[in-house]
Amino acid sequence: MDIDGFIKKVEAEIEDLEPGTLTADKDYREIEQWSSMYALILIAMIDTEYGVTLTGEDLKKTYTLRDLYHTIQSKL
Amino acid sequence: MSRFSVPNIKISGIAACVPKDKESNTDYDWITEKEQNLLIKTTGIEERRIARKGTTTSDLCYAATEKLLRELNWNKEEIGILIFVSQSRDYFLPATAIILQDRLQLTPTTIAFDISLGCSGYVYGLSVISSLMQTTQTKKALLMAGDISSTSLNKRDKSTYPLFGDAGTVTALELTTENQHMDFDLKSDGSGYEAIIIPDGGLRNPITPDSFVEREIEKGIWRCNRDLKLDGLAVFNFSITKVHPQIEHLLSESGKETTDINYFVFHQANKLILETIRKKLKIEPEQVPYSLLKYGNTSSASIPLTIVTELKNEVETQKLSMLFCGFGVGLSWGTVILELDKIKCPEIIEFS
Repeated sequence: MDIDGFIKKVEAEIEDLEPGTLTADKDYREIEQWSSMYALILIAMIDTEYGVTLTGEDLKKTYTLRDLYHTIQSKL
Repeated sequence: MSRFSVPNIKISGIAACVPKDKESNTDYDWITEKEQNLLIKTTGIEERRIARKGTTTSDLCYAATEKLLRELNWNKEEIGILIFVSQSRDYFLPATAIILQDRLQLTPTTIAFDISLGCSGYVYGLSVISSLMQTTQTKKALLMAGDISSTSLNKRDKSTYPLFGDAGTVTALELTTENQHMDFDLKSDGSGYEAIIIPDGGLRNPITPDSFVEREIEKGIWRCNRDLKLDGLAVFNFSITKVHPQIEHLLSESGKETTDINYFVFHQANKLILETIRKKLKIEPEQVPYSLLKYGNTSSASIPLTIVTELKNEVETQKLSMLFCGFGVGLSWGTVILELDKIKCPEIIEFS
């Protein structure tokens, strides 16, 4: 897995988001479309794509997509 | 020991009853239109049935039972057990099943009691009723399962209100010599009891005026302690880590592959959870029917309701290998593998 591929997968999950909009250091909760529903959507995507199940606690400790990426990597 | 098999019991019929009144999530104006669209796309829930004030779960189960018994042409005197699985009973006491024994005019020799379970309740109910039939050699029995959840929801709580619908069901079971058996695996984890909870109203937290004070928990989520609280992340995590290992284990213990099962009927939690589980099990979309779209999460009614609304023709005309799996409030989860052989399955009933 690489971070660019991960960001593309996140972008694909978010409604009405142009590809290439997100960066690794983006605070994902500040994405305009963000709502609590996306926490579940991201956990589902990460589980299906990487076989890693993140908890609510894991999410709370992350801010940027890079944090999220590192958390996934640490659990691979 | 959480895994066991009950021989010589078959399901003869399933019926379901829902309130006539519909509520659409496209009319749920507590959230924006964009949020409505995301909600419907993610949860798969477009519409729910809502009971009118005064209608109880037992009213829905009663209507379903009268219809099914007519179709089965059963003599009521032959029915020896009635179990009512619900978390929305008629009274604190007595048990609703006993009231239903009299309302249905079953004989006083009927064994009747309630089981207080939600999402996993149908599978647990099947395990209890089949075991009891086997022990007592009772020829015919009724398992009712359902909930009226809408009365416990706060309209200003977007994390619960648009998800749940009301429904009542009945399943008729018989002793059989046809070599049918049910293989069960049942589990519990009470450490997660707060994930889905109505905090006030029992003995732990008796009702006080404060029980009715609504508070803002986070943006878009207001509720009081008499309302249903759902920790979406905790439930999601539980569902996608505990359910598929149980299913894989039971399949392997039963000497079956996923391709040997015609239909996997899951508790209708939400589409995101069920699709994640489906992908983990590597089963085809055609093997996983959904009643979520029109009825939402209907608690312990969801498995039999899905059979009635999505598989009526199949279960009436074919011999099918089925896997049912319920999971949620408790936390509690259970799976059963069984056969359905041309059962009675009347059209869904609407209660007004």
